[in-house]
Amino acid sequence: MSVDLSQFIPSFLEESFEGLELMESSLLTLEAGDNETIHSIFRAAHSIKGGAGTFGFNEVTEFTHLVETLLDEMRDGRREINQQDIEILLESVDCIRLLIESARDGEPCEDEKIAKTSALLTETLNATKTESPSDESPVSTEDNGAENLTYWKIQFLPEHQLVQTGNDPLLLFNALADLGEVTLHANADELPPLTEMHAEELYLNWHIDLVSTCSEDDIKEIFEWVEDECELIIHKASPQKQEATEHTASVASKLTSTDTLQSKTPSQAQPAPASRSNDKKSTAKPKTEVGSIRVGVDKVDSLINLVGELVITQSMLSELGSDFDMTKLDKLTSGLEQLLQNTKELQESVMRIRMLPISFAFNRFPRLIHDLSKKTGKSIELVIKGEQTELDKTVMEQIGDPLVHLVRNAADHGIEPAETRLAAGKPEQGTITLDAYHQGGNIVIEISDDGGGINRQAVLTKAIEKGIVEPNASLSDAQVFDLLFEPGFSTAKEVSDISGRGVGMDVVKRNIQALGGRIQVESEQGKGSTFKVNLPLTLAILDGQLVRVGEEVYIIPLIAIVESLQVEPKLVNRASGDMVLYRLREDNVPVLPVYQLFNLPADNTNINESLLVVVEADGQKVGLMVDDLLAQQQVVIKSLKDNYQQVEGVSGATILGDGSVAMILDIQGMINIALQRAQREQRNIEKVAS
Amino acid sequence: MNIQALAQEIPEQGEQAFEGIDFITDGEQYLTFILGKEQYGVDILCVEEIRSWEKPTRIPNSPDYVKGVINMRGIIVPIIDLRQKFSIGKTYYAATTVVIVLTTEHELKKRTIGFVVDAVSDVLNAEENEIKPAPAFGGCIPQHYIDGLVNVDENVITLLNVQELQTLEPHQLLSQ
Repeated sequence: MSVDLSQFIPSFLEESFEGLELMESSLLTLEAGDNETIHSIFRAAHSIKGGAGTFGFNEVTEFTHLVETLLDEMRDGRREINQQDIEILLESVDCIRLLIESARDGEPCEDEKIAKTSALLTETLNATKTESPSDESPVSTEDNGAENLTYWKIQFLPEHQLVQTGNDPLLLFNALADLGEVTLHANADELPPLTEMHAEELYLNWHIDLVSTCSEDDIKEIFEWVEDECELIIHKASPQKQEATEHTASVASKLTSTDTLQSKTPSQAQPAPASRSNDKKSTAKPKTEVGSIRVGVDKVDSLINLVGELVITQSMLSELGSDFDMTKLDKLTSGLEQLLQNTKELQESVMRIRMLPISFAFNRFPRLIHDLSKKTGKSIELVIKGEQTELDKTVMEQIGDPLVHLVRNAADHGIEPAETRLAAGKPEQGTITLDAYHQGGNIVIEISDDGGGINRQAVLTKAIEKGIVEPNASLSDAQVFDLLFEPGFSTAKEVSDISGRGVGMDVVKRNIQALGGRIQVESEQGKGSTFKVNLPLTLAILDGQLVRVGEEVYIIPLIAIVESLQVEPKLVNRASGDMVLYRLREDNVPVLPVYQLFNLPADNTNINESLLVVVEADGQKVGLMVDDLLAQQQVVIKSLKDNYQQVEGVSGATILGDGSVAMILDIQGMINIALQRAQREQRNIEKVAS
Repeated sequence: MNIQALAQEIPEQGEQAFEGIDFITDGEQYLTFILGKEQYGVDILCVEEIRSWEKPTRIPNSPDYVKGVINMRGIIVPIIDLRQKFSIGKTYYAATTVVIVLTTEHELKKRTIGFVVDAVSDVLNAEENEIKPAPAFGGCIPQHYIDGLVNVDENVITLLNVQELQTLEPHQLLSQ
């Protein structure tokens, strides 16, 4: 009987990735004599190996075995913990991650890094092997030479209920076959008559002959998972004796069936469960895979409580509705109010389920900084603050890469080399600080360094050189720093392999904008720079102002609105060839009539009598001309892309209380439409003129 | 026990009850509908539902034939007027005007779009060999939308490719 193991693979993967993260972070803090940490690293490696073995991810098992052996030596104090070994182990963690990912996707992993690291591990192990009292062989399972082959005789007498606990003898035998040549003799003596046979019990036992270079420990390890549920007798046999047993076995062939499992190379050894899972996964690329969330029990409990309250309110209301008269109006009003309250709380609770502490995104940075400081030869300390700040899972997943880029930049360009720092009277060690906190309905992530700061003049010169800025333009600091996010802009004098290729900062900005966020730079020469990323807490819900244009209702994100006002005719100006401007205190705000941008009929096309919603996007203020201001409310964002396509000027749609659909305006997109149209018109005029 | 044998034993009466619906057929089934004076068909397995016309919410700067989007049980579904898209018949909205909502799956992504037609007419069974290729003599429907033609009595029904119907042209900013 075979249990379908493939259903457990997702949880194995999840646990493995968690284990790898634990290994990584523990390795970074590992110091000599810290036994507790080594133990926890060892345990993580061991579980990954065990799990991978069960699911037939042989490459993972083999590689992790090497790592485990090394860790074991450290654990027993047979090996000194030194920086070099930790480096190798960190590399190995990367390799295991690659291997598990490729096992998940069902693709063979061809990264040369794995072979390199694996060779390095073997070398490190062999270097101390002579001193090591253990006869454990750390080399991979391929037969290295016939001379040290041992003949093992194994008697495997499982208890009847072995298969009921999810163990499959076939997997064990497959694992044995990876060690060497295996000859199996099944003994069916204990098979009861059909009438007494129980379908889920195992009545067989096996004699196994194994020819391999492995040690007794290796064999025991395979049976580790079942050792409580079977009787296992292992002893060495001489080759002659082995032949003898084979002879007796063939004599008794009426009762026993003989399978010979050939020793397989790891790449061929793909037991059924693994390949099944491959079929399933190969159609779904990692990007589109459905993720899972671990949710605290308290969050689920509060949800259940809320649903309970909702049910009570519902039954109260339906009772009220069954024989309603006007005297009960008060009750109805209060009931509806309660319903509103319940719904709101329920919504908030459901949203909280998607919230994860930002430490999930921050966790990778200690390792990154470790690697970067090694690569650049700079000594860098990483300070992480506010890692408990919660953030929507989707936002978290998409903010990871931009953050990595910013941190890399800080380490590569921000922090100066040690000599420069000392000369400037700063401590030799540079500091990069990651901070996260809530501000209003947003989360702010700050990446700051105490390095050289941004050279304003260098940025400006480069921008003029590239023709982004007019030579004699006067720009504020913020405007100059914004130039860093222009495509193809890099001031790094040398291009390093860490950063400075001039792609990136514009992508960072685009990614952040795609999430509905923005990024600001503050910098002081000689003191360092701070990148501030402002992100919405969630992508699913938005506070919006409903406005009406003609027959259509649109939603303007509340966060973009500066103010709404009734137009005062004397503040309306026309300048530079019929461009409509509205004087808002010091600023001249360009007016964009929504009906013109979207080609709609509107009630009112006269600017002097209209309502203006002043909005801001990317530092640019514009006044949107609308017919009417309606309510403010929270709306659930629905994508237009699912069934249609991206529409410029619209970030999505939502469903209003009356069931109708309303578009959510994308201010930046609307500004782009207006700009494109203006440019086209200007070109036309130039054409006519020439 | 043999299922074939059982099937033969179904009484005469029962067979008559199925008449006209034709449950058992080898070929594909198509939902046919009317545009102007012509009949068209789409694969019935793609049909999500048939709705009566309701006024949709406009999509800014969309082509004329994209009427807007509606809320179908919480899903935002765009509505395309096939008559306008293919320039067949007159565009008017009356009691018989219906929206056929079609769903296809492409690269694991489902896409649902509603199409406005004059009226829904019938369900058609067509065997593979009954479907003839359409001659390429300048009808106003581009060739790639057409899967083939089927003769039904003296009428000809054009079978449309749902996958192609759902392919949208990228938005262009219309000038003011």
